[in-house]
Amino acid sequence: MTRPRTSAPPKGLDVEDTTASGRPPATRPAARPRRRFRTHLVVFIAPAAAIYTIFMVYPLLDSLRLSLYAPVDGVQTFVGLDNFVHLLSDDLLSDAFWNAVWNNLVFFAVHFFVQNPIGLLLAALLAAPTLRGRSAYRTLLFIPTTLSVVIVGFIWQLIISPVWGFVETPLLGQSSTALVTLALMSVWQYIGIPMILFYAVLISIPDELIEAATVDGAGAWSTFWRVKFPLILPTVGIVSVITYVANMNAFDLIYTVKGALAGPDFASDIMGTLFFRTFFGFQLQQGSSTMGATVATMMFLLILAGVLAYFYGWQRRIQSYQL
Amino acid sequence: MSAVSTPVRGVARPPRAGRTWRARAGVAVPHLILIAYVVVACGPIALIVMNAFKSRQAIFEEPFAFPTPSTLDLGGFETVFTRARFELYFLNSFIVTVSTVVLVLLLGSMAAFALAEYRFAGITVVSLYMAVGIMIPIRLGTVGILDLMVRLNLVNSLAGLVLVYTAMGLPLAVFVLTAFFKQVPGDLKDAARIDGASEYRVYALALPLVRPGLAAIGVYTMLPIWNDLWFPLILTPGEGVRTVTLGTQLFLGQFVSDWNAVLAVLTLAALPMLALFIIFSRQFVRGLTSGAIK
Repeated sequence: MTRPRTSAPPKGLDVEDTTASGRPPATRPAARPRRRFRTHLVVFIAPAAAIYTIFMVYPLLDSLRLSLYAPVDGVQTFVGLDNFVHLLSDDLLSDAFWNAVWNNLVFFAVHFFVQNPIGLLLAALLAAPTLRGRSAYRTLLFIPTTLSVVIVGFIWQLIISPVWGFVETPLLGQSSTALVTLALMSVWQYIGIPMILFYAVLISIPDELIEAATVDGAGAWSTFWRVKFPLILPTVGIVSVITYVANMNAFDLIYTVKGALAGPDFASDIMGTLFFRTFFGFQLQQGSSTMGATVATMMFLLILAGVLAYFYGWQRRIQSYQL
Repeated sequence: MSAVSTPVRGVARPPRAGRTWRARAGVAVPHLILIAYVVVACGPIALIVMNAFKSRQAIFEEPFAFPTPSTLDLGGFETVFTRARFELYFLNSFIVTVSTVVLVLLLGSMAAFALAEYRFAGITVVSLYMAVGIMIPIRLGTVGILDLMVRLNLVNSLAGLVLVYTAMGLPLAVFVLTAFFKQVPGDLKDAARIDGASEYRVYALALPLVRPGLAAIGVYTMLPIWNDLWFPLILTPGEGVRTVTLGTQLFLGQFVSDWNAVLAVLTLAALPMLALFIIFSRQFVRGLTSGAIK
């Protein structure tokens, strides 16, 4: 790895002389006499860094900034934390906000408790060394994950529509069932992700480990729970945190099936739909970019809280094993 | 595998009949569970595709029947193509997805090569800076993105979408490809350098060696972009620049009671990615299992 340092390309030398920032090599400490400005380094990294900075980092920071501003006489003015106070204290707004937070947590809980067991079961079956037709199963089970959420939403909307008659109750029309039904549709779509990640861990477990357990008299059942399961636990954490982040900014499914109003009576309203309505407005409420940015900042904080909870609450306690 | 079964067989040999019964169940039960879940996963899709080719009456009377010559009806597809410009939406989605994938792979591999290959002051900062984007959803910056696009005059342009999606795809691409580039043997690169190859030439030489990583990132970048609703809805709602996903969404809202048209548009929108996934599923799974995890 020290090679590139000593062999700057000839092209680099020309450019090096013209850079104003690069001091002449003579003034450098003697320990690093050959430190040069390496043009190719910039050529390699700058385009990616620039696009990422301009179109992702800058807008994110700008959104955070905007949450501290409000239009006063048509001019964006710094108002400190007023927007957050407004969001959390205004009767209508705070009700909508806490409703969306709670619904989003329920949405995540359904994912957590349904996709982990099913994903694990499917992965364990797929990873069995004697299974035939493994790659066919793997492909077929993963297919829903490749579909657009719009398609998934509508497929299920049609199938559970009382008009078609497979299901009698309007599951999506009742406030008591709408959110859970939508969450289950989402689980149906994304079950492939935990399945594949668990599967990856299971197939990476060395055969000797399993053989050692078998020689010690462990059956298939106790081999799974005592040997394989502890190796899977860190991945359960990773899957959960990925799902949490994805759920906290979910939007497409609810919007497709229930529209921006996330009915009935906001029973399926989550942070993404609340953000959309606050930003663009709906019916009588005017859209506001600063209040939209405020909701987005709250989403960011919720995501941050979840990720930190994962790092400090889960990852530290769970023992990871190097295979 | 013989090492696993030998001790068990040696300890206690169950009666002959029982053993074959248990062995058969041991083979059959996993298949039964997997097939049951395949039905859960693919059944709904098959039901939609099947009924898209049937007449309205047949859809409701015999939803589980395959289309027969008597129930065959392509009216839904006719409605889709006469009432919406789906060929244009496909073209738009295609342009956006392909441009983004090319940009992500090219720029991502260049940055990843530099991060894997050279040691320089601030490398940790640059790596971390790029990696932060993996965990933060770009949607949270939507207010800023729309604002930026208005200022750059990129609203309702495919270029705007491509730039946002490229920014969204780069962090993971750089992270994963750096791991792949680190595995490229150093001798090869040094040999090239001794022969007088420039650093750009060395990059071009190393690139084909990380092909599995490129394939995985390509598929992984492609899917969410093709399927995204959020940014097309906000950045490119115009008729001329509509993507398939947004076009489908708007069409569905408009023709919600025309079941033939709805089933037809769902089928049309789902098939390209389905076909592509089935072709590339090996790369995709390999990428998820080795590239992203280990």
